[in-house]
Parts: sequence; structure tokens; C-alpha cells
Amino acid sequence: MEAMAIGNETGVHAAVSGTRGQDGGPSEGATVQLVDLHRHFGHTRALDGLTLAIRPGELISLLGPSGCGKTTALRVLAGFEAPDSGQVIVDGNDVGHVPPQSRDMGMVFQSYSLFPNMNALDNVGFGLRMRGVKTKERRRRASDLLEMVGLSKEAKKYAHQLSGGQQQRVALARALAIEPRVLLLDEPLSALDAKVRIQLREQIRGLQTRLQTTTVFVTHDQEEALSISDRVCVMRSGRIEQVDVPSVLYANPATAFVAEFVGTMNRIPGKVTASGVSVLGREVGIRGERRGTSGQAVEVLVRPEELAVGAVGRGAGVVIGKTFYGAVTRVAVLLDGDSAVQVDVSTADAAAIDPGSAVELTVIAREVMLAEPRSSGGTAAGGATGSAPGTPTPGFVPGEPFPADRNGVDDDLSK
Amino acid sequence: MVVAVVPSTIAEEASAQPKGAGRRFSWRKLRWWRGVVLVLTAVFFLLPLYAALRFALEDNLGHLTTAAFTAIVHETGFLGALYLSLRLAAVTMAITLVLVVPTTIYVHLRYPRLLVAFDAITLLPIGIPPIVLIIGVLQSTPFFLKSSPYLLSLEYVVLATPFAYRSLDAGLRAIDLKTLVEASRSLGSRWFSTMWRVILPNLRAALASAMILSLALVLGEFTMASLDLYTTLPVWIVNASARTAHVSVAVSFLSLVLTWLLLFGLSALDRRQFRKFRVVDEET
Amino acid sequence: MTTAGRRLRVPGMGILASRSRTPQPGRERSGLRGLRGLLGLLPFGAYTAIFLGVPTVAVIVGAFQTPHGGLTLKNVTVAVHSPYSNGFVESIELALVTSIVPGILGVFIAYAVHTSRGSFLKRVVSTASGVFANFGGVQLAFLFVASLSATGVVTVWLQDLGIALTTRWLFTFKGVALVYMYFQLPLMVLIVTPALNGLKPAWREASENLGAKGWQYWRYVGGPVLAPTVLGCTLLLFGFGLSAYATARALTAGTIPLTPMQIGNVMNGNVIAGEQNVGMALGLGLIVILVVVLVFYTVLQRRASRWLSR
Repeated sequence: MEAMAIGNETGVHAAVSGTRGQDGGPSEGATVQLVDLHRHFGHTRALDGLTLAIRPGELISLLGPSGCGKTTALRVLAGFEAPDSGQVIVDGNDVGHVPPQSRDMGMVFQSYSLFPNMNALDNVGFGLRMRGVKTKERRRRASDLLEMVGLSKEAKKYAHQLSGGQQQRVALARALAIEPRVLLLDEPLSALDAKVRIQLREQIRGLQTRLQTTTVFVTHDQEEALSISDRVCVMRSGRIEQVDVPSVLYANPATAFVAEFVGTMNRIPGKVTASGVSVLGREVGIRGERRGTSGQAVEVLVRPEELAVGAVGRGAGVVIGKTFYGAVTRVAVLLDGDSAVQVDVSTADAAAIDPGSAVELTVIAREVMLAEPRSSGGTAAGGATGSAPGTPTPGFVPGEPFPADRNGVDDDLSK
Repeated sequence: MVVAVVPSTIAEEASAQPKGAGRRFSWRKLRWWRGVVLVLTAVFFLLPLYAALRFALEDNLGHLTTAAFTAIVHETGFLGALYLSLRLAAVTMAITLVLVVPTTIYVHLRYPRLLVAFDAITLLPIGIPPIVLIIGVLQSTPFFLKSSPYLLSLEYVVLATPFAYRSLDAGLRAIDLKTLVEASRSLGSRWFSTMWRVILPNLRAALASAMILSLALVLGEFTMASLDLYTTLPVWIVNASARTAHVSVAVSFLSLVLTWLLLFGLSALDRRQFRKFRVVDEET
Repeated sequence: MTTAGRRLRVPGMGILASRSRTPQPGRERSGLRGLRGLLGLLPFGAYTAIFLGVPTVAVIVGAFQTPHGGLTLKNVTVAVHSPYSNGFVESIELALVTSIVPGILGVFIAYAVHTSRGSFLKRVVSTASGVFANFGGVQLAFLFVASLSATGVVTVWLQDLGIALTTRWLFTFKGVALVYMYFQLPLMVLIVTPALNGLKPAWREASENLGAKGWQYWRYVGGPVLAPTVLGCTLLLFGFGLSAYATARALTAGTIPLTPMQIGNVMNGNVIAGEQNVGMALGLGLIVILVVVLVFYTVLQRRASRWLSR
């Protein structure tokens, strides 16, 4: 049972020798700027004026639903797509005309990108071979990198003999072998088992922190993005909704879209008043965009931890379920008008709340955001998106492929 | 006699294009080169067809006439030969359907590990050229079988197996057979109903192309028929060429073109009803 | 729905659906059950054994028999001498030419088609290849008679251009080889196309990302991955080139010595009666060569499917 060895400082830097870091200290990553990128495919606007400045050495995630343009942005950065207009600037140089071979960026693809006719060691050494590194040196560096991702024993194995998680680790080592200025990850964990995903993302983060490589991570899984990123860029329809550190995105979403995409959010019916909005019998202030005229019915966005359960036994809500999450229990309550909401309650208090009982809910935040009006095909008038409390988790995002166990090999990274 | 590989690749081709194929840096050079290759290939293959058509539309004096085509059905022995070939084809296809199809499905379902060995076994007929096979057949067959033309059908099944099997195999790999069968059985369907309602409909394209190519094989098979002394269509064509080359060429041309039309039409249906079922990432 | 307690046993399909009241032991009673399951393979196995196996054995045995039934090596001896040895040599030469050339050209053509957008072209190529490859033999031969015979259309064109083909050019080695191309090339395209489809775009992009230029991708990744399929198919083409009878028969009348033709002549009684056993010895020779080819093909196919299907 070999735990993935991140390696001690000297081990890591021995593997990443070369033009940078020769003094033994962590090297500075590259500065990347995406300036006003536009790209369309037929009638679809994949990128609609995307502008983003990426700081050296940071891990920034591009997060959004399917079709928001995050992968396109990554591919434009890598050089696989040319934008209709706009610039890509790396370390002050416009690289728009530079082909992917010369951009010095390492990319990890979603799946099955290892060359099938080479073993792990040769795969990792491929980029070095392209750069003319001699065989002995190449093998040494490749093997150091494999050790860095904990797969020294698998050096002679071929892709079809490795599990999904192992393949992605080899792919990661391969991308890092060339000491890229920028590391690009295109949903590298989507095709993996849940348990493997969590282990691997921690390892990616660990490596990235030590190497200080500027990293762009594309994902549709908000839990993933929030847990490992320095900053998260939430995208929608080819544009940026908000770029911020995870805590700010969670606590201060700029738009209703971000608020609902990140973490769990309830939608509760309310009514606009002169100075705010009235919801669940209380009047609270409005944060962000004001929608609608006084008296208009709207939906209000409230987090599970911003609701409180009042006395049990009376009230307009009916408890329909409880889910235990450790210190916190999430209680599902059905309100008038068929909206089901999630409320976080301490487990001690939750003991007294049984399914079927009537409860009263109040909003304990001082300000709430208003939801965007539903587009066509909306379901019931209220409801919640997301799941487990404590950590913001994604729940089911329509269009997200179910991760499948691609082969019978045990993916457990602790082996 | 040469036999064919079945174009069940039609279905696989749908998935081919790389997603990022939009703008690449040296696309222009590739496009030029590709055009040249395709044009040259087209000329190479269409030329004999054109020549054959021209030839068939001429008479011995070089005048343009459709006499060769209209004379086909009147030529001595043509209808008999065609009818014989069609009967042989029907029997061959029937036996293949009843024998090879269930066996292939069975191996996929019950003994997937034997697939490699089974694959090799279906290749065996390629190791015995038809010319050699017919000698052995004539040597070892009891008289009562030899006196029937359907002996040829029985052997044609063997010739067709490598290709029928490959077509089915490709079709079976593209659907998740095991899951479909288990779902069907868990919902109460017995095995026959499962075959009929679940498995076979999903193999329609593969089955159809396997059948059509078996048809083409039988209609084009000369070696064994000629040595077994039966006048099937190709045997007739060769015999008739001494008398009237124009008609022979006309018949050859027609058989190729008509079969191709049949297959092409089938591929149009194939495209619509056959899609690889996987979760598609709609990411742009 | 099978209820607990009933076993549903279907002849030919083994025990596909069975429930029993008693809980099954952890391991199935593999020995007996496995045996019964194999019964499902019996119909096909028996059919193959009878209609393929028996004739093959007849040929192999006959190769060592005299016309009166005794055992002899004379047939084999005759078979390895002239004129039959010439036949083998010519056949092998023909098979080599018509497998290697289409082997190389076929890859380029398949690649050109593969990189085209639009499914129309691909459907046309795919179906046309199926037809050409399958109808080899007589119908193709006659297309060529129309094109390249003494009065053929293309012959006349070439004469207009000042190129005079020798009369009966079609019936020489080169002519026959050309006709063979017409079923060998499509077969190559048919087999290589799925292999090309199996080349994942991610490999190309990953290689570019790591600094490989186009030719380097093909040299280190694309080429090696395709190689087993291409080699295997070339081998297969060699086998077909060797076995083809109908085309040669329709075109030539024995102008070039080819083993299948010689076998056919022997069987037709065109030569000394009683030489049928020699014909079988020749057949045995072909079988031996082809089985060797098949073995290599199978090995290459396994490698190809391992790399291309994941």
C-alpha cells in the first residue's frame, strides 16, 4: 500500500530541473491574460468577450455548466482553437500566432489521452524527447516525475493496464515533465470515480502549490473548483459572471446565477415591498439586482443555513425528510405552494423534528438575493439546488455525465 | 473468389471528427493534398465503370444502342442462371441467419472470453481458398448431395462466415448487449422474446449489411460453381462472353451498380437509426 | 416471469435464466454447467466441421494418395517442380505486388476520406468499397475487358494519346495485377477506416501540446498504433491475392501460370486424367501458406484491438 508520495522538497525540485528553479527555490509561474476573446461555432457564441487576467502561480478554475465556453477558452489558450478576435498574452507576449507545439503549456485531457503504444515512462518522457533530451536523462526525469505522482512501480505498464485514476496521474506527470509555463486541465477528473476524484484533486493541488505553476482548471463540478482553487471564474454563455476567491463567491455572489450555481440555494416565494422583499412573514433587504415593482411576486434565494426552524408543531411548513450529515442535519420542508426547501439545523435540535410535523420557518439573513425569473420549462415554484451542507456540493447538474468505472482495476489511490 | 468485409464501419464513422478541428494551423496544405488523392482515386475506380457502360451501349459496329441491355433477359440461359443464383443466395442467407447470428450473440453473451478464439475460428475459411475447398467437397461429398445445387449454398455459408461474423461483431460491440439482455430478462421477457424484440432490432443495420454482402458474395461467386458444374450468374457471364461480350459486360455492370445502390440506400437508414449510445459531452 | 423453484432451460442457449429455491453456492458448479453451456456452440461447430473441416481433410489426405488409394509422396514431389513451382512463384509474386501496393496506397486513401467532413463521401466510399471488394472476380474482370482489351475504351484512348499497349496487355501479369488492385484496394480501405476512427483526437492534441510536429506524431504515435492493423490487412490481402481464381480465370486462359489456375485445370481434366491428386497437393501447398499468414494476422489483430479500442 503505497500512499501517493508528493515527495520531499528536494525530490520535487530534482525532478523539475532545467531552466527554472535552478536555485532550488519555487519558480514563478507565468502571467496569462485573455483579452476580449470571441469565438462562435455556427450560431452559438462559445466565447463572448471573455477577458481574464491570471496571476502567476495561481490555480484558477473555469467553472460553469455545459456549453458555457470554459473548454473553448482553455483550448484557445492552448492553441488548438483560434479565436475570432481577441488576444492571448503570456508573460507579456501575444501568443496568438504561436502553434500549440511552441506554447510551452502542458495539458491534461479529460480521458484516454495516454499514447497506447508506449508505457507510462515513455509517455511521461515524450515531451522531453520532442525537446531533444537524451535518452538516459529523459528516463531519469520521467521516472522522477512518476515517483512524484506515486506511480514508480507502474512505469513499465501500458495505458490499458492502468486504472482511470492512474492514467490521469501519468497524464499529469507527462504534462509537468516539460516544465510548462502554464498547466491546463480540461475536466481531468470527470471520468473518474467519486473517491478517486477527491484524492486526485488534492494531489493536483499539492503538486501545483509546490511547483508554483500557473494552472487553469476547467470543471463543471463546483465542489471541485471551490475546494482547490485560489480563485474561481464562473462562466455562463461565453462570458464571465464572477471571478473571486471561493469564500467570496459563496458568501457574496454577484448574480443570482452564481448564487445558485455555487453551493446549495433555496428558492422561496416572496413579494417585493417598498424597501425590500417580504418572505416567510419577514421583511428583509435586497442584495444585488432589484427586480420587479412593489407588490410583485418573486422568488427569493436563501441558503439552508440562513433559515431557522421555529417551534415544532405549528406553522405553515410540513417536514418531509431529514438527512444526517454529522454535526448538521438537513431538513426538507414543504411550504405552501408546493415549494420544498432545505434547512440546516444542528443535529441536536433536529432530533425533535420528525417527518410529518408542522414547523415554522424564518429567514435569519438580513439581506437576500432575488432569483432570476425562470425561463421556459420551469418546474415547481420553489425548490432547492445542491446537496450536502457544510461543503458546497454540486448535486445533479443536468448534462453532467455520470462517472463510470471504466475498468475493473481498483482505483483506490491508497494502494 | 474474393469475399468482402462488411461496411458496418458506416456507423463508426459518425463519431470520427475531432472536436477541435475548427482552426488548425496547417489545414490548407492538407486540404489540397487530400483533394488530389480523392480525385485520382475516383478516376481510377470510375474509369472502368464508365468504359464498361460505354462498351455495353455499343454494338459490334460501334454504334450507340441499348440493345445489349434489352437483350439481357432474352439471352439463352440468363434467366435460369439468375434464378439459380437468387435461390442459392436465399438459402445461404437463411442458413447464415439461423446459424451464425444466434451463435455470435450467444458467444458475446455467455462466453465473452472465448471471443478471441471464436474470432480466429471464423477466420479459418480464409485459409482454405474456394478453389481448394471445392476439390475437397467434390472428393468427399456423397452423391445425393452432389446432385443438388444447394450444396453450393451450404458451402457459401462457410465462405460468408468471416464477414457476416465481423459485421455482427461490430454491431454487437456498439451496443451494451449484456445490460440490454439483463434489463429485458429482469422485466420478464423470455430469451426468445428478448432476441426478437430487444437484440435483433438493435442489430438491424449490422444484420442488413451482412445479408446484402452475403447476397453479393453468392451472386459473384464463380470458382466453386463452375467446378461444381452449375450455371450460376457469374458462370453464365463467362460462358456468354464468348457469344456476346456486350451483354456480359452489361450484366456485370448492372450487378455491381444495383448492389451498390442497395447498400448505399441501406447506409442512409443506418445513419438515422443507429447511434452510439453514450453520454455525450455537449461542451463547446 | 420465472418463479422461484423453476429452472428455465432453453436448448441451444444453455441455462440462460434459472432461479432455484436453494441459494447457489458461491462458485457456480462450473464443470457441469460450463459443459452444458458449450452445447450452444455445437450447431455452428458441427456445421463448420462438416462443411469446412471434412473437405479440408479430404484435400490434405488426397495430397498423399495415389488415384488408387495408396499412400505416396509423388504428388508432393510433382507439385514442387516445374511447371507447378512456376505457378507458386508467379502466384506469390502477384500476391506480393497486389498486397503491398494497395497496402500503402490504401492507407493514404483511407486517411483522405477519413479527414473529409460530410458523411456523404464516406458512405459512398464505404459502400462502394464493400461492393468492389466483394464482387471481385468475374464482374470486375469484365469491366476491365471493356476498358483494356484490344478494342477496349481505354485502349483506344491511349492509342489516341500515342501509347500503344501490347495486344492482350490485360492478360499479362501487369494486367491481371491491375485488376486485382480493384478489389484489394477497397478491402484495404474498408479495414483501415475503422482503425483510423480509433485514433483518438486527444492523442494528436496531446502530442502537439508536448511539442510534436505533424510528422513526429505519425512517427511516434499514429504510425505505431496503426501499424498492426495495416500490416495485418496487408497480410490478408496477400492471402486473397494468392487464392483468387475467378478473376484470373475470366481474364486469362492460362497465359500466366498461377497456382489456383493450375489447380482448376487439373480438376477440369484439362491435363492428364488422374492428376487430381497433384491438384490436391497444390491445394495443400496453398493451405499451408495461408494458415501461416492467418496466424500472423491474428497476432497482429490482437495487438491492434488492444490499443485501438480503449
